[in-house]
Amino acid sequence: MSLDPSTVPAIELVGIDKKFGPVHANKNINLTVAKGTIHGIIGENGAGKSTLMSILYGFYQADQGQIHIHGKQTVIRDSQAAISLGIGMVHQHFMLVENFTVLENIILGVEGGMLLGRDTDRARAKLQQLQKDYGLDVDLDAIIEELPVGRQQRVEILKALYRGADILILDEPTGVLTPAEADHLFEVLRVLREQGKTIILITHKLREIMAITDEVSVMRRGEMVATRTTAETTVEELAELMVGRRVLLHVDKDAARPGPVLLSVKNLTVKDGRGVTMVDDVSFDVRAGEIVGIAGVAGNGQSELLEAIAGIRKPSSGEILIDGQPVAGLDAARRRDLGLAHIPEDRHHMGLVLKFEEYENAILGYHRDEKYGRGGFLDLEAIRKDAEEKIAKYDIRPPNPRLKTANFSGGNQQKIVVAREIERDPKLLIVGQPTRGVDVGAIEFIHRRIIETRDAGKAVLLVSVELDEIRSLSDRILVMFAGRIVGEKTSDAGEQTLGLMMAGIAA
Amino acid sequence: MEFFDIVVSILGSTVRLSIPLLFTALAGLFSERAGIFDIGLEGKMLAAAFASAVAAYLTGSPWLGLLAGIGVSIMFSLVHGFASITNRGNQIVSGVALNFVAIGLTVVLGQAWFGQGGRTPQLPGDARFSPIILPGADAVREVPILGPLYANVISGNNILTYMAFVAVPIAWWVLFRTRFGLRLRAVGENPGAVDTAGISVSWMRYRAVIVAGFLCGFSGTYLAIAQSAAFINNMSAGKGYIALAALIFAKWKPVPVMFACLLFGFLDAVANFMQGKSVPLIGEVPVQIFQALPYILTCILLAGFIGVARAPKAGGAPYVKER
Amino acid sequence: MTTASVPLPNWITYGLIPLMNLMLAFFLSGLVVWSIGESPWEALKFLIQGSLGRGDAIGFTLFYTTSFIFTGLSVAVAFHAGLFNIGSEGQAYVGGLGAALAALALDRYVPWYVTMPFAIAGAAIFGAAWALIPAWLQAKRGSHIVITTIMFNFIAAALMVYLLVNVLIVPGKMAPETRTFLEGGQLPKLDWLMALFGLDLGPAPFNVSFLIALVMCYLVWLLIWRTKFGYEMRTLGISPSAAIYAGVPYVRTVIIAMLISGGLAGMMALNAVNGAAARLQVEFVAGAGFVGIAVSLMGRSHPVGIILAALLFGILYQGGADLSFEMPTITRDMIVVIQGLVILFAGALEHMLRPAVVRIYQQFAKA
Repeated sequence: MSLDPSTVPAIELVGIDKKFGPVHANKNINLTVAKGTIHGIIGENGAGKSTLMSILYGFYQADQGQIHIHGKQTVIRDSQAAISLGIGMVHQHFMLVENFTVLENIILGVEGGMLLGRDTDRARAKLQQLQKDYGLDVDLDAIIEELPVGRQQRVEILKALYRGADILILDEPTGVLTPAEADHLFEVLRVLREQGKTIILITHKLREIMAITDEVSVMRRGEMVATRTTAETTVEELAELMVGRRVLLHVDKDAARPGPVLLSVKNLTVKDGRGVTMVDDVSFDVRAGEIVGIAGVAGNGQSELLEAIAGIRKPSSGEILIDGQPVAGLDAARRRDLGLAHIPEDRHHMGLVLKFEEYENAILGYHRDEKYGRGGFLDLEAIRKDAEEKIAKYDIRPPNPRLKTANFSGGNQQKIVVAREIERDPKLLIVGQPTRGVDVGAIEFIHRRIIETRDAGKAVLLVSVELDEIRSLSDRILVMFAGRIVGEKTSDAGEQTLGLMMAGIAA
Repeated sequence: MEFFDIVVSILGSTVRLSIPLLFTALAGLFSERAGIFDIGLEGKMLAAAFASAVAAYLTGSPWLGLLAGIGVSIMFSLVHGFASITNRGNQIVSGVALNFVAIGLTVVLGQAWFGQGGRTPQLPGDARFSPIILPGADAVREVPILGPLYANVISGNNILTYMAFVAVPIAWWVLFRTRFGLRLRAVGENPGAVDTAGISVSWMRYRAVIVAGFLCGFSGTYLAIAQSAAFINNMSAGKGYIALAALIFAKWKPVPVMFACLLFGFLDAVANFMQGKSVPLIGEVPVQIFQALPYILTCILLAGFIGVARAPKAGGAPYVKER
Repeated sequence: MTTASVPLPNWITYGLIPLMNLMLAFFLSGLVVWSIGESPWEALKFLIQGSLGRGDAIGFTLFYTTSFIFTGLSVAVAFHAGLFNIGSEGQAYVGGLGAALAALALDRYVPWYVTMPFAIAGAAIFGAAWALIPAWLQAKRGSHIVITTIMFNFIAAALMVYLLVNVLIVPGKMAPETRTFLEGGQLPKLDWLMALFGLDLGPAPFNVSFLIALVMCYLVWLLIWRTKFGYEMRTLGISPSAAIYAGVPYVRTVIIAMLISGGLAGMMALNAVNGAAARLQVEFVAGAGFVGIAVSLMGRSHPVGIILAALLFGILYQGGADLSFEMPTITRDMIVVIQGLVILFAGALEHMLRPAVVRIYQQFAKA
């Protein structure tokens, strides 16, 4: 596919900047998308892709910067403005009314007249034409919640096309699709491109980028770090640009001395709320005295795996044994009693109650311990003393157990969680994204603690999307892709090898 | 009394007792379908009853009474909207608050203006909505079975009664056959879908609560100047809550709402009739059973024992754009 | 959006803003008084005098306060677990049955202090039982507890009227109420306490329940902030996802929290039934359950705040009665208006003033 440089770009973003309170979601973003192309935007979770697209679709206003659509500078105040500029968006979480029919969903907001009767018939005729043109067959009178996810997505695409979109933004469109559905989606996208539509595809899946895009832009931590012509780049280069952190994380550690198996996962399958299989027949063991890392691009089932082990999410089949004991039917508290500690991926919603004072969070999950009070009562003195000791040992700042947790920085919040879980002296520690949103100093500290935990003869399961973190900490690395473990490597495996495995390309 | 006469009399009062429930439940239907819980139906009804009685007394016109009832009821709706839409406050708390304001304010103002302990002065006949005798009602009275039914149940009601029954198909039509209804239902299920379609969620919800206020205006007016001839302290007496129960019992659908209101009205009518009477074999049945039945039935329904009551998905939650 | 994330000092969040909301509610109430041609200042004067000016007035004020403390605590305990219990009214009503049954069974045989623990247990158990079904429906079947507790208020009303009219009524009497308890079934007045301050209680029904209410405040404080169960309740109330992470059992926590809430509501009957009327009467709760919502909202669900808010509403209820006597144009229902406005401003509109306060605060912080 050749790009004609003389044509005006469909989209040109200049210096887009957006902050949400202290979070700098988009930093001075420039982006040019040629007309009639599929342009991929790739980056990790939280890299700022969705925010950027929401700005383009008028959902948020940029603090600074300009938007040019087909060469004309515009201000996109709301979705209505975006729609009238011919921009359509397929959101990651579908914006569909679940108990409405397909037709009702599509005409919502562009019904025509006040009454639904005759205009609806006209809409039906127009939609049937669109369906024929783009191969988007779906029963217009079906109720959304009765349709499989792939069809629901077609409704979203039809919705955009019906509104006359010639620029289509798709936000993580394959996240909820089966491989067959994803293939069909790509067919549709190719047809759309042939018809002259411009498509922006947001994803963190390298395979998709390589398969369908003409150009690709990489975002990292709110910044646009590179734009490449897809044909001229490689998965390896993109993976490197995406994960990015070239600050070499070197952690000294001795060779592992693995002991008995403390965590055993057998044929585990986990589905999400919508019934999509997220963990697919996974089996592995973690032994005392070793760190097993699970590498993978975010969204490939690692989170669900961790939650299933922790007792937060119910698996649909398979078995989990902690220290030889089957744990099916035990809640998180009972699993802790068996010696499990869990540093969750999401400290804001799981690991901490942000409105609690620091010392209250220092016992979350362990509050029933005799140590923190006899019988039903809490021994605040003992709890605060305990909290102060952890604060000192983990250098949590400010060193004030009475401070509300929300007022600590990300790194210190994470240290509160890490201190709580590691100082419990568990048999098995499971860790999710231990250093997400954490400053460099704290990263080193947390890594040190995890290794010490291993050296003390504990079993550690580490999930991280930071490949460097996995490589520098793990004794064994399992690579997860599309819910399955696609291979096992030792810690000296090359970054390229792992990157390809994470992209689902090589095993 | 002969058995058939009893049936006719109970049916007649069923209709009369259902009307305020029906208007109010339809009001709740519009509000809750748009995602705004409305515990304040009771208060709106009461405020409207007071306003209509005062206006009808001052002007001598029931229609101006109705207008005043609607106006005041809509004002209450707007406060509810301001709290729960604009300020994203707790919808339940706001509804509870407005109920108190209505119960208190009607009596305070009534006492201050008329000095009758909160009551408004008795209205003369032409300041009220009086019963309408439908054509031929007297002529067919002697026809067996159908005659008395026509004369005593269908005929002889006031204009608001007929309007209530007309309001049911209209409500259905508005909700399911107009653009407004489509958007209203969408905003109660997935406001995000409405927002991304370029429609203002707030304005949509405001319009829904205004419709709710409008309909509560009718139910209050019916209480004060059709069913009675004056406003009496707390004359809604929990009807707003029964209407809410009927709305849930009907699973938020207009035509079932009508039947639920008729059922609850029927239970009320039976309770009134049974007072002090004894049933053969069983003896005296406590009227309280009939009074409690609407609530018990609604709880059983909510427990999921008779089908599933699926509330509008976005109900009760203020809309905040996701990050 | 931008002002929501700005942190404010505690004295503004928990002191100034609630106070401003309260002032707004009172300002509007004053407008109502003014609009019906009376002077708000005069009204306020009568209100204060009528509630605090004499020994018996204070007695009545504290009597109302006692009821409101119980119902306020009831709403607050549920609220800490993330549950909105609108059913305190019905739970108090049914609690009255438990309290009355204990008194009726024992008052002939034993002195009041022997009956009292049974009356407390009866009131609490009956109140808790009335909260059990909505709690179970919420925990197990996902039925919205706000709706079910409203329904249960009405079912309680029907049940109690039936029992009073058909079962508990004194044969040959017209009034739907139980017989008057003998002294052994009553809770004595606290005239000695008032006498300590040189006040004469007169006919005011200020009684031992007040002390029980204060003990309950302490126990609720202990429960919420000093017990493991209270910790679990708060975790669930603030962050349901963190509660799952921590292994807080949802069903058990919801049901126990509601049982405690219902029990506290039921204990309100001690004050009205055993303390004041010495018999169980129709509609003796008289809206105290709903006042509990206002009290809990204003008191920020903290026992100390609840005592203060209950006292405020006690003043309003007693002072309002006196006010309507002094100013016949203003009926007692003015209190209900104030109550509604307080719930509106302290509850539903609690964040209305925040953006403005934040802006002013930032100006000062900069300077």
